[in-house]
Amino acid sequence: MSRHAPPRELRTATSWWRPVAARLDRFAAGVFILPAVVVILGFSIFPLLASLYVSLSRLNFIQGGVELKFVGFDNYAKLLFGLDRPHFLGVPGPITPIAVAVLVAIYGLFAYLLYGYVRGPNRTAVGLGGRLVTTAIAGALVWLVVNTIMTSGRPGTLVVTLVYVGVDVSVQYLLGLSLALLVVQHLPGRRFFRVVFLIPMMITPVGVAYLFRMLTDTSKGPFYPVWAHFGLTDVSWVINPWGARLAVMIGDIWQWTPFIFIVLLAAIETVPHELTEAAVVDGANRWQIFWRITFPQILPATTTVVLIRTIEGFKIVDLPNVLTNGGPGTATESLTLHAYTIWRALDIGGSAAVAYMLLIVVTFVGVSYVNLFRRRVTATA
Amino acid sequence: MSRHLARALVLMVGVGLIAACTGSSTSSNQPYSGTTIRVVTFTGPQIAEPLQRRAPDFEKLTGAKVQIITVPFSDLYQKLLTDFATKTNSYDATVFDPQWMGDYVPSGYLEDLSDRVQKDSALQWNDIAPFFRDFSATFKGKVYTVPLDGDFQMVYYRKDLFQKDGIQPPATWDDYIAAAKHFQGKDLNGDGKADYGSCLAMKRSAQSYWAWISIASAYLQSQGTKQGAFFNTDTMQPLTNNPGAAAALDVYKQLSKIGPPDQLNNDVGDSRGLFVTGRCALSLDWGDIGPLAVDKAQSTVQDKVGAIILPGSKRVLDRATGQLADCNATLCPYAINGVNHSPYAAFGGWSGAINAAAPSKVKDAAFAFLSYMSQPAQSSVDVTIGKTGFNPYRNSHFSNQGPWLASGMSAGAASDYLGAIQASLQSPNMVLDLRIPQTAYYQQTALDTALAQFLAGEISLNQAMTQITDQWNKKTDEIGRAQQLAAYRSSLSITK
Repeated sequence: MSRHAPPRELRTATSWWRPVAARLDRFAAGVFILPAVVVILGFSIFPLLASLYVSLSRLNFIQGGVELKFVGFDNYAKLLFGLDRPHFLGVPGPITPIAVAVLVAIYGLFAYLLYGYVRGPNRTAVGLGGRLVTTAIAGALVWLVVNTIMTSGRPGTLVVTLVYVGVDVSVQYLLGLSLALLVVQHLPGRRFFRVVFLIPMMITPVGVAYLFRMLTDTSKGPFYPVWAHFGLTDVSWVINPWGARLAVMIGDIWQWTPFIFIVLLAAIETVPHELTEAAVVDGANRWQIFWRITFPQILPATTTVVLIRTIEGFKIVDLPNVLTNGGPGTATESLTLHAYTIWRALDIGGSAAVAYMLLIVVTFVGVSYVNLFRRRVTATA
Repeated sequence: MSRHLARALVLMVGVGLIAACTGSSTSSNQPYSGTTIRVVTFTGPQIAEPLQRRAPDFEKLTGAKVQIITVPFSDLYQKLLTDFATKTNSYDATVFDPQWMGDYVPSGYLEDLSDRVQKDSALQWNDIAPFFRDFSATFKGKVYTVPLDGDFQMVYYRKDLFQKDGIQPPATWDDYIAAAKHFQGKDLNGDGKADYGSCLAMKRSAQSYWAWISIASAYLQSQGTKQGAFFNTDTMQPLTNNPGAAAALDVYKQLSKIGPPDQLNNDVGDSRGLFVTGRCALSLDWGDIGPLAVDKAQSTVQDKVGAIILPGSKRVLDRATGQLADCNATLCPYAINGVNHSPYAAFGGWSGAINAAAPSKVKDAAFAFLSYMSQPAQSSVDVTIGKTGFNPYRNSHFSNQGPWLASGMSAGAASDYLGAIQASLQSPNMVLDLRIPQTAYYQQTALDTALAQFLAGEISLNQAMTQITDQWNKKTDEIGRAQQLAAYRSSLSITK
C-alpha cells in the first residue's frame, strides 16, 4: 500500500484540496445552472411580479411625467364586481329550460366523476381536495358560459375566449386527425397535399385575418358572385355577433389545423405496422383498427398537442382585432384583445388585471388538464 | 515615374479643392446636414403620405434626413406616451392628435414652440386660421404644435341625385334620415346594383365615434362654443344621459340600418371609398371626401358632390329643465331658420409637435420640417390632394382657389366645399373637441365601446347612456373632478 502512496508534497496538497474540491463539487451544479436561473428570473419571474404590481396600481399623469399609484385590488374589483363586469364576465339572462338541462347534465357528469374517484382505489386526500377545487371552479365557469350563451344574456370576453378555445381546439383536432389519417393512406398526390395542408400555418396571423376580412365581405369580396347568386349581398354576417364569432373561429381553425395535422401525422406514422397487420389478419375492420390500435398509440401525442393548442388558443388576438376590431359591440373580443383595448388608453393597471385573470384561467385549465387527463394517459402509455 | 507622381499630386489637390468647395457650400446651404429626424404618425396612406413624399425634398434643401415611422391610429396615443414616459425617446417629432396635449404638455414632453413660430417668417403663422392657432396649436397660452390639417366634420351629398329628385340638402338630422331612406336600395351609379342612402364609418376601435358626437352636438350645444357639448361646465357631469343624447343615439341607430350591410364593420376609409365610387347618396366625413371626389384615379362622382355644414336640430337640450325643447331666440341664439347647427371641430386637425427631450439641433431640424410642411407653398397643394388627409386650415387655402382648380375641382365645387368648411369655422356655436387629461379613455375607449355595443344591440339606448355616463364619471373621479373641471373649462377658454 505504501509503495503506491503519493509523494509527501502531493499528500499535503490533497489533504487541503480535497474539502475545497468537495465543496466546489457541491456548488458546481448550482454555479452551472446559475446563468439559466438568472435569465429566467430576469426575463420571466421579474416581469411577472412587476406586472402583478402594475395590476394593483393606476397610471397617473403628474407634472413632469407619470406615476404609478397603488390602488390595491381596485382593478380586479372593477372587472369582477364593478363597471367592467358586464364586459369581462358578461350579462346572464333569465334561465331557460335548455340551460337548466345542460347545467344538470354537466353537473351530473362532474358528480359522477367525483363519485367514481371517491369510490376508486387510488383516492388520496390531496387528490380529492384538488378535484373538489377544480370542480368548483369548472362549475362556476360552466354556469357562466351556459347562462350567458344559452339565455338572452350576452357573453363577456372571458366566455367568448372559452368558446373560442373549446370550439377551435375540438374542430382543429377532428380535422387535423382526419387529414392525417387521409394522408397516410396510399393515395396519389399525398406528398403534394402534405405540403399544401401546412401552408396556412406558415402565414402570419394578421395576414390570415386580412384574408378572412376580404372573404367575409359579401358586397365586394371575392365571393361576391356566390353571395349575389343566392341574393345575400345585402346580408353581412360579420355584423351579427355569432356570425362574427364564427368568422373568427373559421379563420383560427383554418390556420391552426395544420399544426395538429403535422403532429398527429408524425405520431400515426410511428405506429408499428406489425400491430395493424396482426389486426387485419385477426379480421378487425378499419374502425376497430383505428379505435383499438391507432388511437391509443397516438394518445400521448394527442394530449400534448391539445394542451399546446389550448394554451395558445387562449391568447387569440390577431384575428378578432383585424377582422372585426372586437365588434360588433364586444361580441368577438377575446381576453387578450380586452387587455389590449384598455391598454391603448394607457389604463395599464386595468389591462394588467385582465392579463392576470387570463393567466389564472389558463393556469387553471392547463394544470387541471395535465393532472386529470394527460398524466393518466401518458402513464398508461 | 515622376510624371505619374506629379499627375497624382495634381489630381489629389484638385479633388481636395472640390471637396473643400462642396463642403463649404453644404454647410452654408444645408444647415442640418447629417441630422436625422424621426417623425412618428399614424399608418397612412393619409397623413403619412405627404410627409413621406416631401421628406426627400426637405433633405435636398436642408440636408436633414427625415424618417417617417407609422403606427395604427389606435396605438399612436400610447406609443407616444410610453416612449416619452420611459425616456426611450425614439421619436424626435410627431404628427398627432392635438387633443392629447392635455396629457403630453403638463407632463413636460412637448417642446414649447412659441418663440420659433413667431421668428419663422416663412411659416406665415398669422395666415393659419385663428381657430387652429388657438385650439390645435396652443395649450394654456403657449404654442406646442404646428397645424398641418384642419378638421371639421361635415355632410357630403350627391348633388346630381338630389337635384334630379327635387330634394333639398338636409338641414336637420331628420332630413338626413329621410333623404337616406329615399335613396336606400336605388342604383345610384348606374352599375345595376342597389346602392345605399348613407355611408358612415361605424367600426369599433376606429375613427367612428366622432360621427356620433357630430350628431349629438346638434342637440347638446346651442348657446355658443363656451357652453361645451361634453360636460356641464359647473359640475363636470357628463352630458351623455339626457333626452338630447338619447335623440342622437336614436338617429345613430337609424343610420346604422340605412347603409351598406356591413356598415358596423366599416372605417372611414371604407365609407369614403363607397362614396367616391358612387355607391352612397350621403356621407358624414372630415374634409377628405371633397378632394377625393375629384381624384380621377378613384372617383366616379367628379363634380357631382355637394358639401354642407353638419345638419342640426329644431329641438335642443334645455339645460335648465333637462328636457328637449323647441328652438327659440333664447335657447338657440345662433339658429339658422330655426335650426340649431353645432359644427364639430372633430379631432382638431393633425398637428406636428417636437419631443422636448430631443437634441437641440434635431429640434431645430424637426421644427424646420414641420414649418416646411405647413408653409403655404407646400400645404396649399397638399390640402387639395385627397390621399394626403390634410384639409384646409390657412386663410390662404380658402381665399386662393388656384390650387383647387388645378386639382380638378370645378369653381362651383370648390366654393361649395370651402364654403361648408368656412361656415363651420366661423360658426359661433362651433363645438370644440374634448381636450382634457386622458381624453383618449373618455372617447376612444369608453364612448367608442358603448356606441359599438349599442349599435350591435348588446345594450339598450338607456343602458348605453348610463354606461357612458358611469364610466366617464368614474374616470373623472379617479383623476380628480376639480382638476378635470378646470382642464375642461380651460379648453373652452372659460376664465370666470
